[in-house]
Amino acid sequence: MLSRTADNLYWLTRYVERADCLARILDVSQRLSYTPVTYGGSTNEWASAVLTAGCEDEFIARYGPLEDAKEEDVVSFLAFSPENSSSIRNCFEVARTNARSVRTALTSEMWDVINSAWIELQSFPNRALTRDELSRFLAFVKETSLRFDGATFRTMLRNDGYWFARSGAQLERADNTARILDVKYHVLLPEKEHVGGPLDYFQWASILRSVSALTAFHWVYRDSVKPWLVADLLILNRQMPRSLAACYEQLARNLDDIASAYGRQGPSQRLARSMQARLTNRTIDDIFQHGLHEFISEFISDNNKLGAEITEQYLT
Amino acid sequence: MPHAFDEMSSADGSVRPAYETLQRWLASVPQDVLDHRRKEAEFIFRRIGITFAVYGEQNSQERLIPFDMVPRIITKDEWATLSKGLEQRVKALNMYIRDVYTKREVLKAGVVPENLVYQNPAFRPEMNGQRVPHDLYVHIAGIDIVRTDPDTFYVLEDNARTPSGVSYMLENREIMLRLFPELFSMHKVAPVDKYGDDLLATLRSLAPHGGHEPNVAILTPGIYNSAYYEHSFLADKLGVDLVEGRDLFVKDDVVYMRTTEGPKRVDVIYRRLDDDFLDPLMFRRDSQLGVPGLMSAYRAGNVTLTNAVGTGVADDKAVYSYMPDIIRFYLGEEPLLPNVPTWRCREPDHLKYVLEHLPELVVKEVHGSGGYGMLVGPASDKAQIEKFRAKLVADPANFIAQPTLALSTCPTMVEKGVAPRHVDLRPFILSGSDKVRIVPGGLTRVAMKEGSLVVNSSQGGGTKDTWVLDA
Repeated sequence: MLSRTADNLYWLTRYVERADCLARILDVSQRLSYTPVTYGGSTNEWASAVLTAGCEDEFIARYGPLEDAKEEDVVSFLAFSPENSSSIRNCFEVARTNARSVRTALTSEMWDVINSAWIELQSFPNRALTRDELSRFLAFVKETSLRFDGATFRTMLRNDGYWFARSGAQLERADNTARILDVKYHVLLPEKEHVGGPLDYFQWASILRSVSALTAFHWVYRDSVKPWLVADLLILNRQMPRSLAACYEQLARNLDDIASAYGRQGPSQRLARSMQARLTNRTIDDIFQHGLHEFISEFISDNNKLGAEITEQYLT
Repeated sequence: MPHAFDEMSSADGSVRPAYETLQRWLASVPQDVLDHRRKEAEFIFRRIGITFAVYGEQNSQERLIPFDMVPRIITKDEWATLSKGLEQRVKALNMYIRDVYTKREVLKAGVVPENLVYQNPAFRPEMNGQRVPHDLYVHIAGIDIVRTDPDTFYVLEDNARTPSGVSYMLENREIMLRLFPELFSMHKVAPVDKYGDDLLATLRSLAPHGGHEPNVAILTPGIYNSAYYEHSFLADKLGVDLVEGRDLFVKDDVVYMRTTEGPKRVDVIYRRLDDDFLDPLMFRRDSQLGVPGLMSAYRAGNVTLTNAVGTGVADDKAVYSYMPDIIRFYLGEEPLLPNVPTWRCREPDHLKYVLEHLPELVVKEVHGSGGYGMLVGPASDKAQIEKFRAKLVADPANFIAQPTLALSTCPTMVEKGVAPRHVDLRPFILSGSDKVRIVPGGLTRVAMKEGSLVVNSSQGGGTKDTWVLDA
């Protein structure tokens, strides 16, 4: 297929995934901001939302120091701001532009989801939203990504186009999960003072919520929420679709499918396999012993490197 | 202006046989059902994203072309006459362009004045003496037809560059099948959905050399082009890649596209990009849309461009006025479809007549299109006419004039029920190396405003499904 088409598909799914992640981050921040401080609610929850979204420089340039971040600014910046290249609105705009450029590579169902979402997006007012409106908006964003994934899964031919589209989504998803861990790793470290207190519980639960995994946690571990189990679920557990291990299992398989269709393995397949192995042959104890923070930082950087390899090998 | 011919009803109020069933149906369907289906149609169009952009308009980047739900009916016999005439016309166009770029017999014989060719901005000296694959230039033509009475179909305009609109012809039919299946059960309507297959067969027949399966691609200027929807629609129907200039490159006079598996050779390019932008090395150097070296691959005979480069020399409105003579010259036949009588303002006696009769004439720019820059005399006030007169006197060669034709009308859904509105017709003629293919019908454009004769979508015109009845 055309390199540009593959590139558009890959970024189209990345942007849809990113919008979904931002919606969940905003959802969780909003929830935490209602929670009384003594129960783990914190006044700088909105700052960590900006950090998780990875756009702190742009935010600070516009609104000043992060520790003073206000809810309305963060919401408008992450959800609507045209100045923020990764705002939900921009993600949808770019996704639709990409979709229009590769309409022939999409099924009509996939196009329909993206185009309808873009049309509906115009109906949200261009001002600060009330909390009701914001909830409705976030639900709409999450529903769009579900519908889009569903349309992709159910209607797209299983060929290189599908594998590029899925690779983009998995790579982005791994990045998002890793970022959430990166910003919150300190609350997962066992040496914190109030281990087991209500404060930590709400923080841990909010991490799980931000990847829609609170219910899954109880089913998997049949235990109360504990920080090392939270880390295990999000990093190593292959049953959990947003874990790094699950993302890489899929990613390595998609890239291998591409390689076998084209009859040639390359650097991106090798890197994906080595990262997958790193996530398979480890225990969470190993990771904590060698430093959770170091592990996550290294993962984020290697994940970016894989993105660059895929681009180099196929998309230019 | 004479009373317009209505395609459904005679002057005495009786309904023509081809329209009888439709008329009865229209009379029996409650208005709210029609309103409801109209909303449904609009919703579907917007949802599918069948939109177009109007240049120079802000805040309405993507607009819908109004779709009128009342189909236009053409009988089998009428279509037989039309299609023969269209085939004849396109054949002559192809022979004329080939002659203009090779032997120039038509100029030597004095049938067409030399300066219409040499001073024509669409004339491409780069094509002089250049053979093109299968000696065909206009592979995809859109010939605009208007009707004034039961027996007269005029050719209003030839479009030999990159005619658009065929996606509306196909989508209109799809929508009608969805909204009004019962109407199709009452009529034998010739299908149009073979167009995609016909176009692909035509394009493949045009490949420069046999041997391998030809690789066909559609070249688009990109998503900001007003007809982008159509480009992607066609790529989808044909199952070929939709490429932009940056997806192609030329090496050793061979065109390749960049794919995820490395370079892949391209044999036929259906380009929806004007000549000017094709190759920055040959034409406009600032073109970001083209492919450097494309013309050199083309001249080496390694790739077919459809339509060929330089076809614009045959389709402006000044050349149009010579088309009947061109047909006689190359084919030794009388034109089957007449031209609208045309005054060429470049000729002093014609200009004199035009200036004396401006209030009753339509005056158009020779290279204009899209309904821009024209004067419709009877619909203009004194000030508008005087303003146009000044433009005309300043540069007469840039204009032609025609009588204001009473274009036929068709029943059309308007604010208050159904009323006659003026229409034209653009059939699409495909010329391959093996044969000519025309799907029955074409795109009917309708002027939605009462009395208006301007059907262009950029001026608020709409479209209709066009039915050629098979019995």
